[in-house]
This record gives sequence, C-alpha cells and structure tokens, in this order.
Amino acid sequence: MSAVLDHHGHDDHAHDHPHGWRRWVYATNHKDIGTLYLWFSFVMLLSGGVLALTIRAELFQPGLQFVQPEFFNQLTTMHGLIMVFGAIMPAFVGFANWQIPMMVGAADMAFARMNNFSFWLLPPAALLLAGSFLVPGGATAAGWTLYAPLSVQMGVGMDMAIFAVHILGASSIMGSINIITTILNMRAPGMTLMKMPLFVWTWLITAYLLIAVMPVLAGAITMVLTDRHFGTSFFNAAGGGDPVMYQHIFWFFGHPEVYIMILPAFGIVSEIIPTFSRKTLFGYSSMVYATASIAILSFIVWAHHMFTTGMPVTGQIFFMYATMLIAVPTGVKIFNWVATMWRGSMTFETPMLFAIGFIFVFTMGGFTGIILSVAPLDIQLHDTYYVVAHFHYVLVAGSLFALFAGTYYWIPKWTGHMYDEKLGKWHFWMSLITFNITFFPMHFLGLAGMPRRYADYPMQFADFNALASVGGFGFGLSQLIFLWAVLKCIRGGKPATAQVWEHAQGLEWTVPSPAPFHTFETPPVVK
Amino acid sequence: MRRQSETSTIISGLHHAAMARAGRAAAAFGALAAWAPAWAVGDMPGGPRVNQLNLGPGVTRIAADQAWIHNFLLLVCLIIFVLVFGVMFYSIWKHRKSVGHKPADFHESTAVEIAWTVVPFLIVVGLAIPATRMVIEQKDTSQADLTIKATGYQWKWGYEYLKGEGEGVSMLSGLSTPLAQIEGKEAKSETYLMEVDNPLVVPVDQKIRMVVTANDVIHAWMVPAFGVKQDAIPGFVRDTWFRAEKVGTYRGQCAELCGKNHAFMPIVVEVKSREDYSKWAAEKKKEMLAKADDPAKEWAVADLIARGEKVYASNCVACHQATGKGVPGAFPALEGSKVVLGPQEEQIKTLLSGVVKDGKPTAMASFKQLSDVELAAVATFLRNAWGNKAEDSVVQPRDITAARK
Repeated sequence: MSAVLDHHGHDDHAHDHPHGWRRWVYATNHKDIGTLYLWFSFVMLLSGGVLALTIRAELFQPGLQFVQPEFFNQLTTMHGLIMVFGAIMPAFVGFANWQIPMMVGAADMAFARMNNFSFWLLPPAALLLAGSFLVPGGATAAGWTLYAPLSVQMGVGMDMAIFAVHILGASSIMGSINIITTILNMRAPGMTLMKMPLFVWTWLITAYLLIAVMPVLAGAITMVLTDRHFGTSFFNAAGGGDPVMYQHIFWFFGHPEVYIMILPAFGIVSEIIPTFSRKTLFGYSSMVYATASIAILSFIVWAHHMFTTGMPVTGQIFFMYATMLIAVPTGVKIFNWVATMWRGSMTFETPMLFAIGFIFVFTMGGFTGIILSVAPLDIQLHDTYYVVAHFHYVLVAGSLFALFAGTYYWIPKWTGHMYDEKLGKWHFWMSLITFNITFFPMHFLGLAGMPRRYADYPMQFADFNALASVGGFGFGLSQLIFLWAVLKCIRGGKPATAQVWEHAQGLEWTVPSPAPFHTFETPPVVK
Repeated sequence: MRRQSETSTIISGLHHAAMARAGRAAAAFGALAAWAPAWAVGDMPGGPRVNQLNLGPGVTRIAADQAWIHNFLLLVCLIIFVLVFGVMFYSIWKHRKSVGHKPADFHESTAVEIAWTVVPFLIVVGLAIPATRMVIEQKDTSQADLTIKATGYQWKWGYEYLKGEGEGVSMLSGLSTPLAQIEGKEAKSETYLMEVDNPLVVPVDQKIRMVVTANDVIHAWMVPAFGVKQDAIPGFVRDTWFRAEKVGTYRGQCAELCGKNHAFMPIVVEVKSREDYSKWAAEKKKEMLAKADDPAKEWAVADLIARGEKVYASNCVACHQATGKGVPGAFPALEGSKVVLGPQEEQIKTLLSGVVKDGKPTAMASFKQLSDVELAAVATFLRNAWGNKAEDSVVQPRDITAARK
C-alpha cells in the first residue's frame, strides 16, 4: 500500500483538480466536501449561538428589556432550526465524508457529483433561513416544531423556512444514499460488515433513519404549506382536519431525528475510548445490536412528545413502555464504554476528555429522559424548562461534545499538524463547566413550572435564569477557543505522524498525515 | 398557600440571609436599581417558590403522586449514577498510563453483557408498574361533581360552567399585570405575570372535570399544584380533572407556544370552601342575570338593529339569504315583503306562530323559542334592512311580550 501512496504523493495531483474557488464549488473529492460541510456547520453553530445568546440576554432578568415577544419567538424558533438542520446534522455529514471512505478503504464516496450537490444545497437553505428575518413579519415564530395551526398564522418567513427545510431534507437524503452506497459497496476486500469501525456502523444505521423520515417531515411541512396557501384543511378542524395530526406526523420524523443526531456521536465516542484506553472496544457486536435496536425503537416512541394532547390511556401506556425500553440498549452502550476503559492504560488528551465528558453529561440527559418517559410525571414537566435542560444535555453535551471530540481526534489526520493540547484542554474544561452552569439550573426552573418559549417570567425564577444567562455567554465565548485551536492547527503545529495516536486502530491511520488528496485508489486488504 | 419542603426551606433560608447582605451592598449602587432578582420578592402564593428546586407537593392526590414518583426516580437514577460513575472514575484514577497501568486485553463477556441488559430491563419494568397505575387514575374523568369548559384564546382563557353548581356562569380571564411592570417602569409584584382579572373559582374536595378546547391555535391549560396540564386544541375537546384538597389560590401558565403573548396568559384558580363556593356561584349568577337582556327596558334603535342582524344571521339566513332576497319559488324575499313592511302585529304573529298554509305548517316555523329581545331585534332589523323602510320601524321587546299573551 505504501507504494500506492508514494505514487500519489503530495505533489503530483496539482493538475488533476481545479484550484482556487473552483476547487470548492466544483468539489467532488470527499475530503474537500467534508471540509466544506464542517466549516458550514461551524458557521451555523456560531449563528445559532448568537440567537441563543440574544435569548439568554433577554431572559437575564424578568421583564422585557431587549426584544419584544414576537421577535423572541422568532429567535427560539430559528435557534432550533439552525442548530438542528444547519449545525449538528451537516457536521456529522462532514465527518462521514472525511472519515467513511478512509475508514472502509474506499477511494472516495460512491457518487462524487451528488456529494457536491448535497453540500451546495445547504448555503441557499441557510440564506433562506437567515433572510427570513428581513421579510415583513420576520422569521417564523412557531417553534422549530412548526406546529399547526400556529404555523398557518405566520407570515412569508414561514414559507421561506418550509422551503429551506425541504432543501435541507433533499440534501440529507442524497447524503444518506451516498453514505449507504459507499459503505455497502466500496469496503476494502476482507472488511466484512462486522469488522467495520463502529463509526461506520452508526452512520450506516443513521443514513437509513434519514431516508425513512426526512420525506415524512417534507410531507408534514408541505401540508402546512397547502393549508396556508391552497385552501386545504389538513390541520384545520373547521375543514375536517386535525391539528394533532400534524404533531403525529412531525414526531414520527422528530423522534428518529434525535437519534440521527446522536447515533454518529456514539460512533465517534466508540472510536476514541478504545484508542486512549489502549484496549479493544468492549462488546463490539452488542454495540452494533444496541445501535440497531435504538434505531428500530425510535420509530415507535414518537407520541411521548404528545402526552399532554390528551391521548387515550392505552396510547399513553404504549408510548411510555416503548420509550422506557430505549434505556436498555442505551445503557448497554454506556456500560460497554466504561468496560472498555476498565483496566486500560488511559491517557487524557483532549479527544478523550471530550469523550469522557460526553459519557458523563450525556448520561445525565439520559436520566432526565427516563424521568420524562414516565407519562404521568411528564404531564408536569412537558413544555417546561425541564425539557429544555434534557434535550440540551443530550444534544449539546451529547452530539456537540462528540463532534468536538471527533474534531480533536482526527484533525491531525486532516491537517497534518497536532492541535495545541493546552488550547484543547481549555476548550474542554471551559465548555464542560459553562455548559453545566447554563443548563443545570433549567432542571429546577422546569420542576418549579416555568414553561419554555417564554419571553418573560415570574420573579421567583429570576436567579436561576440569571445564572443560566451567565453560563450561556461563557459557553458561547468558550467556542472561540475552539475556533482558535482549529485555525492554529491548520496554520501549523507539530507535524503529525501517520499513526497520530499510540493505539489508534483502523485504516485511516495507515495513510500519511495530512491525508493525501486521493487515498486508497488501490483498496487495502483487511485481514 | 405557602408550602415548602424542609430542605428547600433550609436552602431558601440560607439563600435569603446571604442575599439580604448582598442586597444591602447592591443598594448602594444606583446603577443596579433596575436589577430585579428573585430575592426581591417572596414565594408566590399558590405559584412557584423563590428558587424552587423540586416539584411542589401540590394540593391534589395526582400532584402528590407525581412528586412521589419523581423522588423515587431520582433515587433510582442516583443509585445507577453512583455505581456507573463510581466504576468509571475509579478506573480513570487507577488505570492510567501515567501510573504505569498496563492494558488488559479482554473485549467481551457474554455473561456480563446479558446481565447488564436484563437488569436495566427489570428496573424499567419496576418503574412502569406504579406509572401505569397513575396514568389510569389521571385519565379517569368520570363522575365529576362539576364540569367546566376552558377555552384558550390568543391570549386569554374563557371559562364556562357546564354542569353542576354554578351551571351557566361564564367569564373571560386575562392577565392583570400592568404593562408598566413588564416594561420595568414599575416594581414587579410577587404575583408578576401570574395574576388575572377573573380567576376560575371551584369548590374544595370536589371532582372538577375540565373540558379543554381552543379558539385559534393550540394552548395548554396548566396548574402545577393540581398536577394538571392539558393541551387546548382548536376544534377538538379534551378533558382532564382535579380534586383540590386545600382552600387557596393556585396559579399556572399557558404551556404550549401560542404566539406573541404566550407568556402572558396565566391561569389562576381560587379553591373555595363548599359554602363560599355556593355563595360565589349564586352571586355570579345574579350578576350575570342583571347583565342579561331586560325585556322591560326601552332599547335604542341602533342596538336593536345590531342585535337583530346577529339573530338574523344565526336563524333566518339559511332560507331568506343574506341579501334578504330569499330563494325564488322556495323561500320568499324579505326585502320589500308585505309582512315585514306592513303592520307590526302581523310580523310579530308570523315570528311567534310561523306560517300555516292550507292547514299545513310551512317551512316558516314558529320562532317563539327566541327571547323577546331577540325577536324584537330581528323584527326591527328587518324593518330597516336592505331597501326596507317600514312605517313603524321599531319593535320593542315589550311589544313581543304583549303579543305572547
């Protein structure tokens, strides 16, 4: 294999792909497209973060200080849409693009031009979302869930959001087709399914989830669109429709969606923990089965988001049981990670810190998930800050921390330089501490009954809100350390070896750092 | 109603002491005058306590059960947390490369893996049993003593007493916090954003069935002290129930995003003793009666016409059409109609008795079920609507009263 690599060394590809801006606009190389995805998602993370900080500024104390309630609702809505569809999902696709071909020993993604298209759909969608703030009536203020009939009341910003989500959905579906095809057809000889790295497994399952549910979301928002403009009454009781049907359709998408955002995170953590424990991953096959079980269960739990709509007893009981069951495969994953660490020989570089931070804080989100799954108790907690705390524990400390972990883990392979360990550690500790300052008090607010999506609140909630706001600004600023660390690593630093980490396993570590433009043109053989 | 668990009393006690010192220091800074922290007020009666940490005990059995199961779940989670992270942090401490630990090479164990699949499953089953019992209890809205309909509007609540003592009472209930407080021009009160003009009033120790719906978008009717939260869905009716065990005032807020003033449509429920409730209901009914149509009084023409247009729209328009032109061959036109433009007696008789042709009743049935005011209003409306200009253009309710005899 080294002969292959030598042949395609660093200098001889100068003429085989465009340079300058064309390199990015016409990109068909999985690494370039991965880079585009990652930068796009980081820009979206900062944009969504600015919205979040505006929310936290308004909520710093009771009363209305900076924004009016209608604009506040636009902020919460767009914060959610941008973070889910603009930041977290594209970031994982960026990781998939960079890593999956290298991890399965493929030369590139299966459909290179479709790959280009699925990325370049994202910027127009982002512009539609951002631009919707400028149209009359402003951006949609119906919440990221876009519940009808409130979403039917909105102005033209709602239509822009619907089109943006359509475009993002199309992009996700194309990305998924690409990922599935690459994984199933382009693995190196000898790499059976049960020898695939766990990150590849989790993405394979995630891609199937995406293909299954993105069309459902597209259906739901198209129905909102026709209710708005073409005289249909899907969600209008006066015309024979049902507003709750929107929720059923939305959450049939929405619950698998949350696993779309966490399964690849499980994959990243499952790569990192063994490397820094200097051991093999414990229970590889049970990890694969647990991932698949979570994915399957995710299709039969959607109505736990709707316990307060007033569904029948049997409905509540069924969705409560199904939801509780998810704790079992999720628990298996946590236990497997801890067992991987057990009697290892651990070191604590930044990727490992973020991975352990992930396990620790994500598990707290898992506990609150169990508490919320108990339907009679969810009646108290539904639509309060408790839920806000819960999903930020799993999405920020879960998905986002895993993304940070993965970035520090693979960035030496991407740039050819080691990142600044000191900056990485600062980033981790600042993020972990400020994250908890921001979101832990929200559990108390929710238990005390503070509803979410509130522009103003009673005096008794003031201290915890002030604390959360202080934490929020700290968390936001901490991400600038990350930007600094990444930029510094791109510009230079200690040269990385091909192996990078002492115990790193997998095909990506067999190619030099930085990974050459083309890798594995002749497939490696896996024993 | 002030209810505090022991721990949080201690915590908030410490808190108050510390904050009082801080408060004196802060007062020295004029710039901080606008600062409105929680310690500036006390617990809200029937609402959240200052820096409340856990679910309150509530005043219904359901709320108490919820508080119990929450504490139980916390305990279970805490045990799992300690076990799992005890092992993890022990490992992080002991199995480090820097202390020279050499990695073991095990990577699976069927027995262990089965164990940590089965044990969590059993724990989950253990949690599901009490939860199931509670679901069934919460959903049982049968045999209510009092049924009240709550309707969510953008952005207030409407209440109608449908069945039981107080039947017929209705009211709108909206935020009573002055705008000046919201905008920071006045000091915020203890019940800031959780106070209304007309609270819902219910009797203590009675099963109250709340029938919840909405007029425009989805809202949610929530009162944490009762353990109740029910989405209000436009065009659909859902129900929930509570039985408050203590007299007092309890507060909640709208819990489903409903647009701009989502944060400004609270719910306040006054729980009264049975006697006080009876007194309140009787008084409220009297009050409503007083406001109701008085057939003896002399009505202004404009009022009669306005009212009559509504009566026409809900009773007459299907046949006689909005244009008053009727449907030729089936329903006669009222525009230029001889009956409408002729003497009042004939018109009133037609309204009260309907039209009988050849001994058989026609489609024009009697409308004697309408009130005197309604009939006078519609008669007056017709005598002045469209191109109609009748001689005696005003029919007063007392004319109907007289004609009924």
